[in-house]
Amino acid sequence: MATRIDTLEPIPAPERPPQRRLSPREWARENLFGSWLDTVLTVVFGLVVAWLVYRLGKFVFVDARWEIIERNITNLMVSRFPRDELWRVWAALLVLGPSLGFGAGSAAAARRREAEEGRAAVVPERASALRRLGPLLLLVGVLLWFAQSFQATLLTLAVGVLGVAGYLLGRRVALSGRRTALVVLLGIAAAYVVVTGFGGVGWEDWGGFMLTILLAVGGILLAFPFGVLLALGRRSSLPVVRAVCVAYIELFRGVPLIAVLFMGAFMIGFLLPAGVERPSLVTRALIALVLFTAAYVAEIVRGGLQGVPAGQVEAAQALGLSHFRITTRIVLPQALRTVIPGLVGQFISLFKDTSLVAIIGLTELLNVSRNITAQPDFIAQGLIVETLLFAAFVYWTGAYWMSRESQRLERRLGLGER
Amino acid sequence: MLRFVGQAVFLAAVLGVLLYLLDNVVYNLERLGIPTGFDYLDQSAGFAIPDSDFRSSQSLLDALLVGVQNTVKVSLIGIVLATVLGVVIGVARLSTNWLVRRAAAAYVELFRNVPVLIIIIFFWLGIFLRLPPITRATEILDLVVLSNRGLVIPWFEKEGSGAAFGLVALAGLVLAVVVWVWRTRRFDRTGQPHHRFLWAGGVLVAMLAVGFFATGRPWVITTPERGELATAGGFRLAPEYAALLLGLTIYTASHIAEIVRGSILAVSRGQSEAANAVGLSDFQRLRFVVLPQAFRISIPPVANQYLNLVKNSSLGVAVSYYEVTKITQVSISQRAPAVQAILVLMGIYLVFSLSIAAVTNLINRRLTLKGR
Repeated sequence: MATRIDTLEPIPAPERPPQRRLSPREWARENLFGSWLDTVLTVVFGLVVAWLVYRLGKFVFVDARWEIIERNITNLMVSRFPRDELWRVWAALLVLGPSLGFGAGSAAAARRREAEEGRAAVVPERASALRRLGPLLLLVGVLLWFAQSFQATLLTLAVGVLGVAGYLLGRRVALSGRRTALVVLLGIAAAYVVVTGFGGVGWEDWGGFMLTILLAVGGILLAFPFGVLLALGRRSSLPVVRAVCVAYIELFRGVPLIAVLFMGAFMIGFLLPAGVERPSLVTRALIALVLFTAAYVAEIVRGGLQGVPAGQVEAAQALGLSHFRITTRIVLPQALRTVIPGLVGQFISLFKDTSLVAIIGLTELLNVSRNITAQPDFIAQGLIVETLLFAAFVYWTGAYWMSRESQRLERRLGLGER
Repeated sequence: MLRFVGQAVFLAAVLGVLLYLLDNVVYNLERLGIPTGFDYLDQSAGFAIPDSDFRSSQSLLDALLVGVQNTVKVSLIGIVLATVLGVVIGVARLSTNWLVRRAAAAYVELFRNVPVLIIIIFFWLGIFLRLPPITRATEILDLVVLSNRGLVIPWFEKEGSGAAFGLVALAGLVLAVVVWVWRTRRFDRTGQPHHRFLWAGGVLVAMLAVGFFATGRPWVITTPERGELATAGGFRLAPEYAALLLGLTIYTASHIAEIVRGSILAVSRGQSEAANAVGLSDFQRLRFVVLPQAFRISIPPVANQYLNLVKNSSLGVAVSYYEVTKITQVSISQRAPAVQAILVLMGIYLVFSLSIAAVTNLINRRLTLKGR
């Protein structure tokens, strides 16, 4: 069969149909009142939605007694963390802001470079920076509104300014992906040391939203290497290694997180040899979260490993690379790149799941929200609705923001579009 | 050779760690005077389970069995409700009506991004337990009683023996299957419309109706009667159960909706265009072309959601609904040995998970398109 050379030219993308500008009337006709069924649906749904929005709006802005949140905002954020040491938390945020900003800037620069070199798809930026950060800014705004503290506002502004500065610096410096990750990890480590080191406060005394974040971030960071090892083990050519890894993964994916947390809370003490002190409840919860999350990370990474074409490994073998180098230099970098959205998804799950540690008695965000309704000033006034709504709002903004960013990332990596 | 040695060393290391941990456990248990075996399951539980016939003198094993029943009770109904709600919302997300589309999207984004535990606790503490007490309960048409003691709805009550009726029902089911197969074969042979669902369903309903009266009405419907302290008759949904069920349903439905939407979108557009080209109506296009393919795509992820729902039912522990996890927690606080109790708990959930996975694989294998 003769190959026509001109068919090898890239096929031009079909031209988009011209956008019709609809007048509001036409738009409503097309989208709301297309048929009599549509009209009925619109009217019924319109009434229901309007009623729900009215009730919610009336509750949030008129009926709700937010005083309980205002008076307990520090409690909700850090709970039992010693108040004298609160400056450490602010200092940690002042370290975290610029390093995370730097990471974001550096990643943005790398993305642009890749697009320019034609190594990545050019995805038009649909949302402005302000819209992208919307949920996060909303969260910070609401927290500051409840805090009603000049000092807190000033410090938050400082964190924001440093973050933006870090972002701009990151865009200019534009480090490689690995170094960017290193800078971010160093920032997180430094923030941790600022809080705990030099006579600071160990994590057994953390609480509130701060504990939620510690468990989520610490959980995913510690589970990641473990999960990668499990994924590699599951794809190993050694049957025994494979069997052990499969058993581990299926065991932890087959049981609910709360059972694993019970294991952490009640069982870990028995597993230690006599004379060894039982670690604090926070540590045990973290161990449970890591054991649990590692199994899920392993399955996500396995998906990425399977996506690396066999030709890559064969080519590396042909070049005479050792098995170890093939794995670390050829397979993993390609695999890990594609699993980032999956890992973000897992992080979101973990972030929401940290609420379960309330059941074993840790005072994280959800537990504080429940406990403060028992304070003498607020007891038996049915304020649980307000506090739970507040907690749900904090979780929602975080999870929604991350899931939106993860979808952007997916579009950029061209996953889910083939 | 090296492979063999390497694996032997690895296995020895894993087994060594496990044995070391086991040794520690046994040592610690003995040091503290806690029994090491699983004999504790035969001891009397020492606690009662609300809304069940369980007495505190019965064994812990019996308590766990009641717990398993309760887990199944909330999971099965939750799965059915979440599927219905999820499919409706998933389809609504693809509606041509802007308002419906946006409302469905808002539902999904709202509930997907909030911890399911908060949703459950919100329903429990924020809604059901704040309903008026039973003396001021809300009654709807004398059929439904709503108070902080739960929701009471009319329900069937057994009168006399149901065994005969059970037999008739079973016979009806068998007959319905036979009719189904007959209509299918006839359709294969002649190509005439089979309407097998109508036929088989009709046969089943007819058999049940005849059986019901023939065996002397073994069931009667009772409506709730409100008393001073409690309601009599009807079926009571305890606040704990209702909160857990609603929370699981609403949360899981938001995930299923996304799967349904994705599966429908994943059916290639050429299929719809081809269906239009051969002149199928909109309904026929959906019923015979798009939905069967979307259904196949959605089986594995939806089954995964069912599995998640079963596992999330363990959050009953937070609202004092006595499913297995809550019973394990209570038994540990009643001095059952924690290590064994947790191992048993994990074993029970593993059985749940593995059986759901096995069923899914079976269905998936049957429904996967051959020769592709």
